[in-house]
Amino acid sequence: MPLLDVQGVHSGYGGMEVLHGVSVTLEPGELVTVIGPNGAGKSTLLKTIFGLLSPGQGRVTLAGAEVTGLPPHRIVRLGMCYVPQVDNVFPSLTVQENLEMGAFILRGGIEDRLSRVYQLFPALKSRRRQRVGKMSGGERQMVAMGRALMLDPKVLLLDEPTAALAPNLVEQVFQSILAIRESGVAILMVEQNARQSLAISNRGYVLVDGRNRHQGTGVELLADEEIGRLFLGG
Amino acid sequence: MWERLPQLFVYGLVSGSVITLGAIGLSLTYSILRFSNFAHGDLMTSGAYLGLAFLALFSPLLPGRFGPLSFGPALIPALACAMAANAALAIGVDRLVFKRLRRAKAVLLLMASVGVAFVLRNLILFSAGPDPLYFSHRIQRALRIGGVRVKADQLFILGTALLFVLLLHLLLRYTKTGKAMRAMADNPELAQVTGIDTERVVAWTWGVGASLAALGGILSGIENKLVTPELGWQTLLPLFAAVVLGGIGSPYGAMVGGMAIGLAEEVSTAFISTAYKPAVAFGLLVLMLLLRPQGLFGRR
Repeated sequence: MPLLDVQGVHSGYGGMEVLHGVSVTLEPGELVTVIGPNGAGKSTLLKTIFGLLSPGQGRVTLAGAEVTGLPPHRIVRLGMCYVPQVDNVFPSLTVQENLEMGAFILRGGIEDRLSRVYQLFPALKSRRRQRVGKMSGGERQMVAMGRALMLDPKVLLLDEPTAALAPNLVEQVFQSILAIRESGVAILMVEQNARQSLAISNRGYVLVDGRNRHQGTGVELLADEEIGRLFLGG
Repeated sequence: MWERLPQLFVYGLVSGSVITLGAIGLSLTYSILRFSNFAHGDLMTSGAYLGLAFLALFSPLLPGRFGPLSFGPALIPALACAMAANAALAIGVDRLVFKRLRRAKAVLLLMASVGVAFVLRNLILFSAGPDPLYFSHRIQRALRIGGVRVKADQLFILGTALLFVLLLHLLLRYTKTGKAMRAMADNPELAQVTGIDTERVVAWTWGVGASLAALGGILSGIENKLVTPELGWQTLLPLFAAVVLGGIGSPYGAMVGGMAIGLAEEVSTAFISTAYKPAVAFGLLVLMLLLRPQGLFGRR
C-alpha cells in the first residue's frame, strides 16, 4: 500500500476544472517529481492533495486513511506538510520563530526538532535570530522547508522549490531535498527544472493538460525521446 | 506662547497614552483581520462604562483613596474586570458578526463595523443615558515638577500606558500566541497551511485589542473626570491618524503614532484654537498618506 495514494482526482478553481482525473502514488522514503508544461495542473495537484482545493471526484489517502477534502490544518496533524511555491515564509519573523510556527500544533518542548532541522540546514543555525524577510531566496527556501519539517511529517509536498532561484542555489536546494529524503521523509515535488529534478528522483510523472501522460523512474523519463524533446529542452 | 510648551508636552503625553492604547487594538485588528474597524472607538466607550460599573461595584468593598490620586484601591479590580469583560464583548461581537464575514471583502467588513459601532453606542446610550457620568468629582491639586504642573492621576495614566505597552511587547515577542499573531499578520494563508489555529489567534487579537481599548477608555475617563457615550466616536479620528502615522498594521508604529498625535494635538493649542485639535489629527493623517503612505514603521 502506498504511503500517499491519489486516485483519479478531478479538481480546479471555481467552475474551471484543471485536473481531469490524475493519479499519483508515493511510497515510503521515495522522492517523486511531477513535471509538465505551465498550466498542466502541477500546483493544482499539490493544493488538492493538501486540502486547499477539494476535488470534485477522486480520492486521496495518506497511510491508508482517507484525507480527501480535509482542511489543511487537519491534514497537517496526520503527517503531511506542504511548502507553497511563493510566500512560504513569515518575513517579519526570525528564522527560529518561523520554525517554531511550524510546530505550532505541538505542546511542549521542540528543542529536539529544532536541532534536527538545524542539522539538515546548518546555514540556518548561525542566522536563527535574523529576520527571514532580509534573507536570500535560497535561504528562505531552506527556512520554508525547515518549517514544514518541524512536525516530522511522513510526507512533504514541495511546490517548485527552485523557482526563481539562481543556478548555484538550485543545486544547493536539491542537495537539501536529497538530505531530507535520506532522513526518511517521503517527498512529492513539482518542478520546472525537469532535468535536474528527475536526475535525483526515484520516480517521475509527466502531467499534460490535467492528465497523466507518462510515468517511470527518473532515469527512464530522462532517457525517453519524446519527453526529452517536449520538456527537457532537447 | 513658547513658555507653555513644556506644560502642553505633558498634556500631550497623557492624551497620547490614551490614543496609543486605542490605536494598538485598531492596528492589531487591521493587521490580522485586514479591515479598518470603525467600532474600535466604541469599544473604548464600552470599556469606560464597564469600568464605571465595576468601580461602583467594588468601591463599597474597597473604600478610600491612594494619596494624591483621585481614586482608590477599588480601581484595580475594576480595571481588570472591565478589561476582561470588554474582551469578552469583542470576542462575542466577532462570533456574532465578523466571523460570518471572514472571507468577505474588506469594504464589507468595514461597513459591518460601522453598523456594530452604531449598535454599541446606542446600547450604551440606552442603558446609561446621554448625560456624562463622572469618574470623580474631586478637584485635584497638581504637583509642580520644574515649572510644569502635573497631576498625580496623569503620572498614573502615563505609567499604566507604558506598563501595558511593555506587556504587549513581551506578548508579541516571546509567547507562542504573540508570535502566531505576528505570523498571521505576515501571511494568513501560510499561517493556516502551517497548522496555526487561526480562529484562536483571531480571538486573542480581539481580546488584547478590546482590553487595551477598555484601559484607554477608563484612563481617558480618569483624566477628564467624566465619560459620555460619544467618547469613542470622537476618539476614532486620532486613533486612525495614529495608526496611519505609525504604519498601518504595525502595533509598534501605533505606539509611536499615538504619542505623536497626542503631542501634536496638545502642542498645537499654543498656536491655534483648541477647537482645531481634530483638524490637527486629520491634517497629519492626510499629510502622512500623501508623503509616506506606508507610515513610519510600515513595510512596502
